[in-house]
Amino acid sequence: MSEVRRSHARVPAPEGAGELGAQLREWSDALRRRLPPWWSRALAVVAAQLREWSDALRRRLPPWWSRALAVVVIVVGILLPLFFSQTSDFLNATLIALAYVVMALGLNVVVGFAGLLDLGYVAFYAFGAYCVAWFGSDFFFKAHVHVLVSGVASHEIGIHLNFVLILVCAALICAVAGILIGLPTLRLRSDYIAIVTLAFGEIIGVLAVNGTSVHLGGGMTLTAGNLGISALDPPYFPGLGSLNTLKLRAWYWLILAILLLVLFVNLRLRGSRLGRAWIALREDEVAAVSMGIPAVRTKLLAYAIGATFGGMSGVFLGAYYTVIDADYFAFSFSIFVLSMIIVGGLGSIWGAVLGALLLSYINYYLIPDVLNSIPRDLGLNFDLTQLSFGIFGFLLVLVMILRPQGLFPERRRQLELTAAIAPQDAELSEPPA
Amino acid sequence: MTSASNMPLTATAAIQTDHVTKEFGGLIAVDDVSFVVAQRSIVSLIGPNGAGKTTLFNMLTGLYKPTAGRIVFGDRDITHTRPDRITAMGVARTFQNIRLFRAMSALENVMIGRHSRMRAGVFGSVFRPPRVRREEREVRARGRELLAYVGLRQRSFDSLAAELSYGDQRRVEIARALASDPALLLLDEPTAGMNAQESAALTDFMRRLRSERGLTILLIEHDMKVVMDVSERVTVLDHGVKIAEGPAADVRSNPRVIEAYLGKQD
Repeated sequence: MSEVRRSHARVPAPEGAGELGAQLREWSDALRRRLPPWWSRALAVVAAQLREWSDALRRRLPPWWSRALAVVVIVVGILLPLFFSQTSDFLNATLIALAYVVMALGLNVVVGFAGLLDLGYVAFYAFGAYCVAWFGSDFFFKAHVHVLVSGVASHEIGIHLNFVLILVCAALICAVAGILIGLPTLRLRSDYIAIVTLAFGEIIGVLAVNGTSVHLGGGMTLTAGNLGISALDPPYFPGLGSLNTLKLRAWYWLILAILLLVLFVNLRLRGSRLGRAWIALREDEVAAVSMGIPAVRTKLLAYAIGATFGGMSGVFLGAYYTVIDADYFAFSFSIFVLSMIIVGGLGSIWGAVLGALLLSYINYYLIPDVLNSIPRDLGLNFDLTQLSFGIFGFLLVLVMILRPQGLFPERRRQLELTAAIAPQDAELSEPPA
Repeated sequence: MTSASNMPLTATAAIQTDHVTKEFGGLIAVDDVSFVVAQRSIVSLIGPNGAGKTTLFNMLTGLYKPTAGRIVFGDRDITHTRPDRITAMGVARTFQNIRLFRAMSALENVMIGRHSRMRAGVFGSVFRPPRVRREEREVRARGRELLAYVGLRQRSFDSLAAELSYGDQRRVEIARALASDPALLLLDEPTAGMNAQESAALTDFMRRLRSERGLTILLIEHDMKVVMDVSERVTVLDHGVKIAEGPAADVRSNPRVIEAYLGKQD
């Protein structure tokens, strides 16, 4: 029972991983044989020295250093786009990466903190993106609603809300959707939760494609399916003006602001009564409810908050891509975001940030812009982008073999993996009511 | 069967069950059990393995819903109440095979135990107004007090539960249960794995809990020395049925109890 319940924490290695692991080990053994005998001792000495230095440094740093570091990182983050041109590919990749960090932080609340394996996270991307289409374009052409929008948009037909209002709407809609998807999973355990959420994500994807047949009256439909909804209002801020699709710096600062907000909420929640309750439920639901934690409420809050972050990121990506096409909302997206938090280290906020940045840069910069022509240069007839999922699969397997706890694991999770901590469910033959 | 089953539900009882039955499929784990735990008493629940003691505990704490019968805590019917609500009403428990949150520190475990007495919600947790900061500070201080009270060394407060010794884990589990300010404490085999001295110390500690905190204690126990030492009354289960009840000394000499434990003498 415990094995099944926590399997997502360990992420079973795919078939063949054992052989790959053996091959890697063989190579590393061969390497070791060729190195002089004193090298491992030398390495240990160097490592010990480094650890000593870092400890000494940490002791000498004043108590406010972590805050100072945070300020420095934020300032560097704000100034970063000034070193790149307005249309740079790197800036484009970076701001998409930041949007994925927001997604990963949201999914991390559900999967990492509360331990509810969610495979339908793409649904909240869809809701967020469609919020931009519904509330920030002429798609609902029979309506005439304009709230705090630019001069251009205020003369157009359709619903036009200010970008910030769309963010708030998306957050609310996603919170409700998160609770709705959470409700049927409440009496289930991890693997079954995964199946229900997977189905939910697929339903939303199918609904997006077939939304053309959902008539809302007056010739309006729910979505435009694969035709896509375009001519979205660019985000507009009274006094500052509208964002221009060709000027990436402003878009970067917008997503950075959203990210800092989400990061702040995440950090605060983790160290709170609610964060402790999530982790308690993840570790041992029976003990948690016996200690007075309301399981239903606490889980639904995790779903709602995770969904909210996903929706906010969806709003940004929708507005940035300028077209909302039902094709975006595929199952592979959920897996992509899940891979980020697994690579980073489940349950770890900084792990989610790191994992999301890493995989996004690989997917949106390294593969298409830097390495894409390599196969052609070698005389092979394909682009590297065609292999991107293969590359991700390989990286994921590699991480699972070499560092199963993730790159930047949470202290507790590390212990769960190494000390084989498992709750004793044998005692209860039925789930707690 | 003794008169308990015919007794009116008494207001002075800490907790009482009224013809409680629990079936799993065809198996009757607890069969029509009625018993009363008086306020501020220490009562032992004994019986051979598989007698239904832990199942009864799980019903008292709301983890299982009885198939029939009802459970009354104080003057409130808690038969269909959720476990977290029952904890909030003042019932706390420990588990037979320690169920601490093993990857959390001892102090965090105790702070979790305080969950039902805390108020901070989502917005409080994010914005941390002075009220929430004060609450968090108080819970932390109280957690340290409780850990000291159950005899955990100060330097272990921030150790992960999994790293603590077996005895210390038992201590932390009791501290976690006490954190919710219970009126009734359910201890499931608290002396399991302890030597004679540790068991004696725990016996003293249970008495202290009653005199200093006014607790009612119901414990499942196999160590007869502890049972005879600490409990005023003993209830004996065998195959889910209550076979005896009364003062400890009487129960010990009850032929049905001897038979349940040692088998029938020919």
